[in-house]
Amino acid sequence: MINFLCKQLYIIWSQLVTLWLVFTHIFKKADTVEYPDQMPYMFPRWRGRIILSRDPDGEERCVACNLCAVACPVDCIALQKTEDENGRWYPEFFRINFSRCIMCGFCEEACPTHAIQLTPDFEMAEYVRQDMVWEKEDMLISGTGKYHDYNFYKIAGKAIGGKGKGEARNELPPIDRRSLLP
Amino acid sequence: MFEFVVGSPLNIVLILGAVLVAAALLIWVERRVLGFLNERLGPNRVGPWGIAQSLADVGKLITKEDWVPPFADKLPFIVAPIIVPVVMLLSFAVIPIAPGVGIMDLNIGLLWVLAMAGLGSYSAMLGGLASNNKFSLLGGLRAAGQMISYEVFMGISILGIVILSDSFNLREIVEAQHKHGWFVFPQFIGFIVFVIAGLAETKRWPFDLAEGESEIISGFNTEYSGMKFGLFFVGEYIGMLLLSALIPVLFFGGWYAPFGLELPNAIISGIFWMCAKTGCWIFFFILVRAALVRPRYDQLMNYGWLVMLPLSLLNLLVTGAVVLAQGN
Ligand code: SF4
Ligand code: SF4
Repeated sequence: MINFLCKQLYIIWSQLVTLWLVFTHIFKKADTVEYPDQMPYMFPRWRGRIILSRDPDGEERCVACNLCAVACPVDCIALQKTEDENGRWYPEFFRINFSRCIMCGFCEEACPTHAIQLTPDFEMAEYVRQDMVWEKEDMLISGTGKYHDYNFYKIAGKAIGGKGKGEARNELPPIDRRSLLP
Repeated sequence: MFEFVVGSPLNIVLILGAVLVAAALLIWVERRVLGFLNERLGPNRVGPWGIAQSLADVGKLITKEDWVPPFADKLPFIVAPIIVPVVMLLSFAVIPIAPGVGIMDLNIGLLWVLAMAGLGSYSAMLGGLASNNKFSLLGGLRAAGQMISYEVFMGISILGIVILSDSFNLREIVEAQHKHGWFVFPQFIGFIVFVIAGLAETKRWPFDLAEGESEIISGFNTEYSGMKFGLFFVGEYIGMLLLSALIPVLFFGGWYAPFGLELPNAIISGIFWMCAKTGCWIFFFILVRAALVRPRYDQLMNYGWLVMLPLSLLNLLVTGAVVLAQGN
């Protein structure tokens, strides 16, 4: 009996304490960030809207290797490879369906040329669903994005117009194997 | 200057308008205060501080499709939401707001309020039954059980006041408190029981078992949409307002100022203190909503019949014995 009464009193006491504790919270500062008026700080490595960057010389970085399309878990990247007169590969079209993209960033990790990059922008709402499909012209920026010095064709061994075999950075001139013959 | 007489058309219009506006504002106030209690901001977008939020809500509800499900029982389904606000507004008729301000000076004011509260339970019951939906039925059953049982203690808990003030008339109860001091002190147990039973009666948190979103979707108003749902909603807020106005009238001296802080004009002072006391109670109910958790249904019932009923009977018995011993 005594036990029971004590327990009941304890229950009532705990309810009163709850009321008091919740009441004290009215004097605390609200945690709310009033978003459109007050922009939250977006971290540079935030995975948001996707861009295609250019190399330091202002050429398109993307070489249309399709690695990003393969890595994409929701298959929302579509592109078609083509070549210019110098032998540089580039995408004829490059299309991302942002209504499917889950902003996982796998494409950025898969890309060998740092072409495709995710940015801190997240305000991508559209009124028409078709507007969620972005073309290369919508995504291609004029700068280098997060990686300033990287220039794929300056490093890779592939010969293009104006840069022959063996002229890439850290690359030795090709060896004429026949000259090694005794 | 206008002459304030209980029941004059001016009084009726003003009080009706004030109650409706207050109920609409409460929708916003509650969400805002809840927000602050949860360290959020609450709705603050529509108008200054979000004060026009209720207008936006009403606009939304009115323009929504007013749908009657084909499997529902049409007539009760439509009647049910009308009952709550009407009944709650009728109860407001007897609430004395200040000397000369009020709609009815009824000799059986207290009984009137109880009777109207009793009628109010039909709304949830009918709504739940007519919806012809399992969750609505469960909600309706819960509402019926809860409201009918808590009505019992609500009635008994205020009988002590009737004994002390020798009247069912709310105005005379207020006057008696002016003479003898607030009834909350001699009637403390009755006060506690009344507040808890009142909470259960208005189906407010933590006794919102009839709605219980996390268990039975939205209980008795699951199938309601548009303005029919709006009526339930507004009815609930008028009920909260009624309860918050009734508690000061019964236990905290009504329109009379505490500690002799009387304002110069009797009517203005009355209205001010009545509103202030009501506001405090509204805040308390919002605090309760923010802080306490919903009991299980059997706990609610056990608690009601095994604790509240004996307590209120004991209170009545002791009050009666004391009054008898003092020989009036
Ligand atoms: S972020 Fe993920 S989902 Fe979006 S395009 Fe890149 S790989 Fe696909
Ligand atoms: S964006 Fe990168 S991974 Fe995708 S096709 Fe272009 S170069 Fe390849």
